[in-house]
Amino acid sequence: MIAQIITDKCNNCAQCVTVCPTFVLDEGPQTPMIARIEACQTCYMCELYCDQDAIFVAPDQFNAEPGADPLAHLGVIRRDHGWDRPDQTGYLDDYRKLGPLLGEGAEIAARRYQAQRRSV
Amino acid sequence: MTIHLETDVLIIGGGMAAGWAAIAAAQAGARVIVADKGYMGTSGVTAMGGPNHWWVAPDKSLREEAIARQSAKAQGLGDPDWMARILDLTWRYLPSLAPHYPFGSDGAGGTYYSGVRGSEYMRALRAAALEAGAQILDHHPAIELLRDAEGRIAGARGHALRHKQDWEIRSKTTILATGGNAFRSGLIGSHTNTGDGQLMAAEAGVALSGMEFGPSWSISPAWASTRTLPYTGAIYYDAGGRELDIPPIYAGHAHNRALGHAMLDEPVLADLSQAPQALRPILRRIQPFTPAPFERRGVDIFRDRFPVKLFGEGTIRGTGGLDLADAECRTSAPGLFAIGDAATREWVAGANSGGGAVNSAWALSSGRIAGAAAAHESLARRDGAPAPARGIGRVGITPEQAERAIDSTAIYREVDHQIHGYAHVFSRDEASYATSADELAGLWRELASHGRAQGASLVGLRETAALVAGARWTLAAAQARKESRGLHHRADFPEANASLAHRQRVSGLDAIRTHAQQAEFA
Repeated sequence: MIAQIITDKCNNCAQCVTVCPTFVLDEGPQTPMIARIEACQTCYMCELYCDQDAIFVAPDQFNAEPGADPLAHLGVIRRDHGWDRPDQTGYLDDYRKLGPLLGEGAEIAARRYQAQRRSV
Repeated sequence: MTIHLETDVLIIGGGMAAGWAAIAAAQAGARVIVADKGYMGTSGVTAMGGPNHWWVAPDKSLREEAIARQSAKAQGLGDPDWMARILDLTWRYLPSLAPHYPFGSDGAGGTYYSGVRGSEYMRALRAAALEAGAQILDHHPAIELLRDAEGRIAGARGHALRHKQDWEIRSKTTILATGGNAFRSGLIGSHTNTGDGQLMAAEAGVALSGMEFGPSWSISPAWASTRTLPYTGAIYYDAGGRELDIPPIYAGHAHNRALGHAMLDEPVLADLSQAPQALRPILRRIQPFTPAPFERRGVDIFRDRFPVKLFGEGTIRGTGGLDLADAECRTSAPGLFAIGDAATREWVAGANSGGGAVNSAWALSSGRIAGAAAAHESLARRDGAPAPARGIGRVGITPEQAERAIDSTAIYREVDHQIHGYAHVFSRDEASYATSADELAGLWRELASHGRAQGASLVGLRETAALVAGARWTLAAAQARKESRGLHHRADFPEANASLAHRQRVSGLDAIRTHAQQAEFA
C-alpha cells in the first residue's frame, strides 16, 4: 500500500491524485494526502506517473506499512519502465520474449514432473 | 448540484475495450464521452499486465487453422465467424497505435505488435482516444442507467468523486465497458472490477451468458498479487521444506487444485531457482512491476523461497458476461451495447479461458465494432430532442424496507470466499453450490431490503451489490450446467456431456433463472 509522499521531493503537481485508479489520494496544501488507504491495491501506478520520484509504495497489499524505508526504491519503477528517458524508441525490444519464456518455464516444470514420476 | 451533459455515445468504463470503442465512435463522427470509475490509462487489469493479442497473418489457410484450433479449445461453444472477425480487426487496428505506443523489435528486422505492455498500452489508448476527439471524465463512476418513455436506454447517472457532485449524462447510445468481476480477490488491478455494468444491465432486463466458466487463478507472493511470468517453472514446498507433488501448469485444473488444497493446510513456498536463465537479466524490463514486491521485502526472487497465494480471477479470465443480441454487440435493451470483459466472450473463447490473447483481441474488436455501430445509431437519432428519462437502478437506491447500515467489507469477504474459497471451489457438487447460493441470497436480500446511500457511499454500496449479483449468477449458472466442460469443473459430473454443448443464459436479480440456449446468430 502507498506508504509515503516525500515532502522534500514532491512539487504538489497532483498527478498522483489524477492517475490513481482507486481514488486513494486527495489534494493537499503542501503535498497530496493519503485519504483512503483501504482502497489502495498496491498497483504502483502513482509511482510510475510521478516524475519527481516522490512516492513510495510499500510491498504488502493487505497491510499498511508506514515505517518501511523508501530510499533505495524511489524512482526504480519509473526507470525500469524507461519512463525517465526522453525517447522511448527500442525500450520494449525485449518484450517479444515474454511468451517464449513463459513456455520455457512450463516445459522445465513438465520435464521435472515426468522425471520424478519415472523415478518413483 | 448535479452536472448535466449530453452526448451521442456514452462509454462507461476506461479499459482496453472502452479505449478502442471511444476511438472508433469518434472516428465515425459521433460526440463521445468516456466516464471511468478510475483514470483511463491506469484503470482495470490491463494497465498492470501485458496483454498478448491473438495474432495471425491474413493468409487463408493460416487463419483457418487458427480458427480450427481455437474452436476445439472452445469445446463446442465458439463461433468461427466471430473468430474470423476478431482476427481481422486485431491485425488491422493494433498497429494503428504506433503514434502513441513504442512497438519494439520482433528480433528479425520487423516490428513486434501482438504483445504489448499494459501501462504503455493504456497510456496510448488514452492518447489516441483524446486525439480522435473523445472527452474523458476520470473518477466519474456510473451508478445507474437512465431509460426513456420509449424504453430506450438514454444515458446514465453517477458521481464525480473529485468534484463531490452527482452527474447525469444523456446519450443516444450507451456502451458498457466496465470489465469483468474479480470479486475483490485482490488480483492486481482488479479492485475496480466489481461487475458494475452487469448489475446496471441486469436492471434493464439484460441476461448474462457463460458465467459458469471459471474461475481461473493467478499465483503470486502471498503479500502481493503480481504478474506470473517467473512462476511457470516453479518448485513448490510445504512449510517443513518437503517438495509438494504439484502437476505442472499444463495440467490446468489439477495444477491449481493441488496448490489450493496444499494451501489449506499450511503455507506453500515457491522456489524459482529453476526459472529460465534468460529471464533473470530482463525480467525487470519486461515486467517492471514484478521485482518490486520482492526487492522491497529484501527477498531474492530467484534464490529465496517465499510464501505464495492463488488469487482468483473471477470472470476476467473466465468467459462469462452480458449476453449479446446481435453481431454489433447490442444487448437486448434498446440503445445499450456491451463489450470487452463486461460481455460474454463465449463467441471466441467458448467454454475455455480466453486468457491473454483471445480476450485481448475480443476487447479490441468488440470495442471497434460497438463503437462504430453506436456512432451510426446515435447519428441517425441526433435530431430527436431528449425524451424524459429516469434512473432504473434499485438496489442501494430505493430499498424495499427501512434503511439499515450495510457492512460492505464483510460482504466482500463472504463473496470472495464463496467464489474463490480453496476448501470448496476445486471440488464443487450440487450440495456445495446450493450452500453457496443460500449464503449469497441472504446477502442480496439484506442489500435489496435495507441498503441505501448517496454520493461516493452509494458508489461503494452499488459495487457491493454488483459483487453479490455477479457471484449469484456465477454459481447459479455453474449449478445448472450438470457436466464438466472447459473451465467448469464439477466433482459430481466430471465428464463433458455431448448433449449439453450449448450456451446457457442466466438472468434476474431477486430471483435468478437459468435457461439453455442454442446459437441464434451465425
